Amino acid sequence: MSQSASEIARRVRAGETTARTVIEDHLAVISRRDGEINAFNLVTGDSALEAADGIDARVARGEDPGPLAGVPVAIKDNLCTRGVPTTCSSRILEGWRPPYDATVVQRLRAAGAIMVGKTNLDEFAMGSSTENSAFGPTRNPIDVSRVPGGSSGGSAAAVASGMAPVSLGSDTGGSIRQPAALCGVVGVKPTYGLVSRLGLVAFASSLDQIGPFAGSVTDAALVLEVIAGHDPGDSTSIPQPAPSLVAEVGRGVAGLRIGRVVDLPGGAEPEVETRLEEAFAALAAAGAEIVDVRLPSFAYALTAYYLIAPAEASSNLARYDGVRYGMRVAAADTNAMYAATRAAGFGDEVKRRIMLGTYALSAGYYDAYYGKALKVRRLIADDFARAYSACDAILMPTSPVVAFPFGDKVDDPMSMYLCDIYTIPTNLAGHPAMSVPFGTGAHGMPVGIQVLAPTLAESTMFRVGGALEAAGRGA
Amino acid sequence: MAEQHSHITAADVAKVARLARLDIDGETVDHFTAQLSRVMDHFGDIDALDLDGVEPMTQPYPLVNVLRDDVEQPTLDTDEVLAAAPEAEDHRFRVPPIIGLEG
Amino acid sequence: MSNPNAHLSTVVATEDQLLEGGWEMVVGLEVHVELATRTKLFSGSPNRFGDAPNSNIDPVTLGLPGALPVLNRTAVELAMRIGLALNCRIQPCIFHRKNYFYPDMPKAYQISQYDLPLNADGHLVLPSGTVVGVERAHLEEDTGKSTHVGGATGRIHGSDYSLIDFNRAGVPLVEIVSRPDIRTSEQAREYVAELRAILEAIGASDAKMEEGSMRVDANVSVHKPGTPFGTRCEIKNVNSIRALGRAIDYEARRQIDIIDTGGEIRQETRHWDDAQGRTHTLRTKEDADDYRYFPEPDLVRLEPSQDWIESVRTSLPALPAARRAALSALTGYDTRSEAIVVVVERGQHEYVHAVADAGGDPVRALVYVQQSFAEEGSVPQVPASDLAALTILERDGKVSATQAKQILAELVDNGGGDASAIAAAKGFEAMDTSAIESMVAEAIAADPDAWAKYCAGEEKAAGAIVGRVMKASKGKADGKVVAAIMQSRRSAG
Repeated sequence: MSQSASEIARRVRAGETTARTVIEDHLAVISRRDGEINAFNLVTGDSALEAADGIDARVARGEDPGPLAGVPVAIKDNLCTRGVPTTCSSRILEGWRPPYDATVVQRLRAAGAIMVGKTNLDEFAMGSSTENSAFGPTRNPIDVSRVPGGSSGGSAAAVASGMAPVSLGSDTGGSIRQPAALCGVVGVKPTYGLVSRLGLVAFASSLDQIGPFAGSVTDAALVLEVIAGHDPGDSTSIPQPAPSLVAEVGRGVAGLRIGRVVDLPGGAEPEVETRLEEAFAALAAAGAEIVDVRLPSFAYALTAYYLIAPAEASSNLARYDGVRYGMRVAAADTNAMYAATRAAGFGDEVKRRIMLGTYALSAGYYDAYYGKALKVRRLIADDFARAYSACDAILMPTSPVVAFPFGDKVDDPMSMYLCDIYTIPTNLAGHPAMSVPFGTGAHGMPVGIQVLAPTLAESTMFRVGGALEAAGRGA
Repeated sequence: MAEQHSHITAADVAKVARLARLDIDGETVDHFTAQLSRVMDHFGDIDALDLDGVEPMTQPYPLVNVLRDDVEQPTLDTDEVLAAAPEAEDHRFRVPPIIGLEG
Repeated sequence: MSNPNAHLSTVVATEDQLLEGGWEMVVGLEVHVELATRTKLFSGSPNRFGDAPNSNIDPVTLGLPGALPVLNRTAVELAMRIGLALNCRIQPCIFHRKNYFYPDMPKAYQISQYDLPLNADGHLVLPSGTVVGVERAHLEEDTGKSTHVGGATGRIHGSDYSLIDFNRAGVPLVEIVSRPDIRTSEQAREYVAELRAILEAIGASDAKMEEGSMRVDANVSVHKPGTPFGTRCEIKNVNSIRALGRAIDYEARRQIDIIDTGGEIRQETRHWDDAQGRTHTLRTKEDADDYRYFPEPDLVRLEPSQDWIESVRTSLPALPAARRAALSALTGYDTRSEAIVVVVERGQHEYVHAVADAGGDPVRALVYVQQSFAEEGSVPQVPASDLAALTILERDGKVSATQAKQILAELVDNGGGDASAIAAAKGFEAMDTSAIESMVAEAIAADPDAWAKYCAGEEKAAGAIVGRVMKASKGKADGKVVAAIMQSRRSAG
């Protein structure tokens, strides 16, 4: 992995190195490795160098370009970047250039960060392996015969392979945390509403959140501080400023109560279970108290999610109709044009989820499916609320499996969906969660441990994450 | 109200594909039906839950009254937008005849 | 006899409202109103009619990927004004998505309100006294506009292609849904006219059907009293109040004819063709999309506080009904009289009060304004005091009614003036009564037959006598004075 973002920013601001040097170094890594890994849909080398020169000029003038001065950032290709193609790894948006920047992209730029490219994803963020991309899969940098996870596989792989110290992904059912675990990097999903969704191409509106990948918990905290905070352009944005998080990372866990979910659905690989036990032991050794908690509705989260998310997605993706932008397949009338365009433009997984979602909302089925799923969601949130009255954070695996070989799960949607069994519940409840690399599992592949915390308790989450990371380095 | 978790049929899939404006041929309908059927089978698990009196949860963070002032904001450039359109004419988006649609 | 339709409407037509054959027509109206905000409902693009196509657009308006809606405070305020003016309950509410595909729908869903609308359970009292229930008045966004090119009629049928302009997409609408309480086409027209007057009075919308800022769809069915309501059809493309009346009457008759000949009414949407004077099928309800309503996840709950509701309520201006009542109290005219209805509709009621306040004669003020101020707008140019002076001249008999009319015309043309001076300049002076008496005597002598008929009770015969007097006086005689003289001569024998 590359130098840390914190270190880069410090050195650029201090004049110890130039942003140009930093960018050139990272572009060289990309050039060397991305042919094989395919983390990027698009590398924006020229504009990155131009931006770097701008940062350097400001430093030379005695200005402070910001807390991420000169830091290369890879941006998931479902985040709008003005004038730069944003494809969501789908044919239906191939070549489309947004006329505006996502709020998080604006905030990164204002903090001095430099975008080096748009990263690959499962099409429209639907998937857990990045095999559903219309532009070819991304490979796991640690073992290129294996998937990097998904849907933010490109962003995870970019950080894991040293192409960028930090990147942005989106997480609807685990799409940041799971690839972070599979690639051995840190991945954070913030509290729903902490980070503005304006400019994030919507998959499931009540579940989507943007978050950072990084090589360290501190770097992740640094990026989250920059992108978080109220945005009046997003009605679901929490009306609070960004929290201070970097300072929390080294505070340790003495006196914190860490929950162990005793009724957690099993089925994780044995090495993953072992790493989890070691994580609990490490935190206990660091002064935390481990308490038993229960989440009785946890297992039903998968069903609720795979009814709610596709339902919202079926509506969010209806706008891709060939009328105003993106791909159009010509036809004799508008109705035929819609059907032909969407059939040609969407991949199979997207189609499956659109149909699933349409079915769950359709007349006569709303109460049985979508309506019920919303109630299950409430049960899950209530479970967490009860658990958090007894503990400050919860630990569990991020993914039940380590990175699996290409093709293993692609033909069996249900088996792919089960990859998200530990990440989905927090999306439904809207709580924050992060994955921290903690040792390895089968085939020497990385294992990620997931830290969950209550709404807006990112500070606690980063404390625990920091302690895990420290212990993991020692392990 | 239908409690048909165990079976999503090819007819259901075809109807839903029409509603969603997805042109899929017969073979694909069958393929998707098999896959979706397996997925829907799993979803039968929530039938075991007692959901009487449980309030649906549509949003994770309960905000109210998020409003903006009635003040003009900059608009997009017409030419730029239409240049990105699949087909445009006379400063408007052009589409083939609008037949067979609700309007 | 219990009403089998009481759950929908408790209104039962009176005998004279029934159609030939004993049929009762049942009408509900859905009115969409464009709100008079500066910007759109969910984004800051201008809400303006007539701009160059696709010039008032932004990511939200176009349904671009990643765009998010944010609710316009003023739109909510205007919607609340409408709710209060229609006696609705304002309640906590949410938005829903209504999903369907159409090229002028940029997101392929419309953000609207479904089972929890902002305003519910109100009513509108028509000037004639009928009460029509208002089920709901909710917020939703408007669609873009499509023009169809290549066909003979400019309609979709037979067109070669269509062009879409999204300027109107996202404009705030309030949809006002009445209960099916309307029983005649006359009531329907009255409802729409009164609604329009209310909307203008409260500043919520300019509500012009001809410009599309108010759109009316009618649901029409027929049945025999005491039986359940019949199947209804929805009529669209009604572009004026007059057309509304014609369309409803036509549709009721069409349905009656079908039933009378043993047919069944098919529930469908029909298009009103004003040129041909008939409705025809647009689409049947079976073809209709399943809208798959679900709560809009990108917007949060709207819960107007009691304080906000009260401040809207107290800032509501007087509604047309109250304005009519005030003019009625001032002048003694009935609230349903044409003079009062017209003057309030034009927004000139305050002016009439101002003329009265300036010492003018209220009745004459009302009549002058009704007759001569059609082009004046709600703030006439003629200063109230100038008009007041004229009313007093006429009241005091210094000028005749005919002369007053001429002076009035000049006041209107010049945006004011000194009535006395104008009268003098024109050589107007009311004739004194004795001079008029002589002229009446001369006229009677010249036309004894007419006088005999008049004395026998034929009021129409008076015209000949009056005409002679007016001619002889060159219009200076006050007609009322002439009439009074003739009456007293007749009474005296």
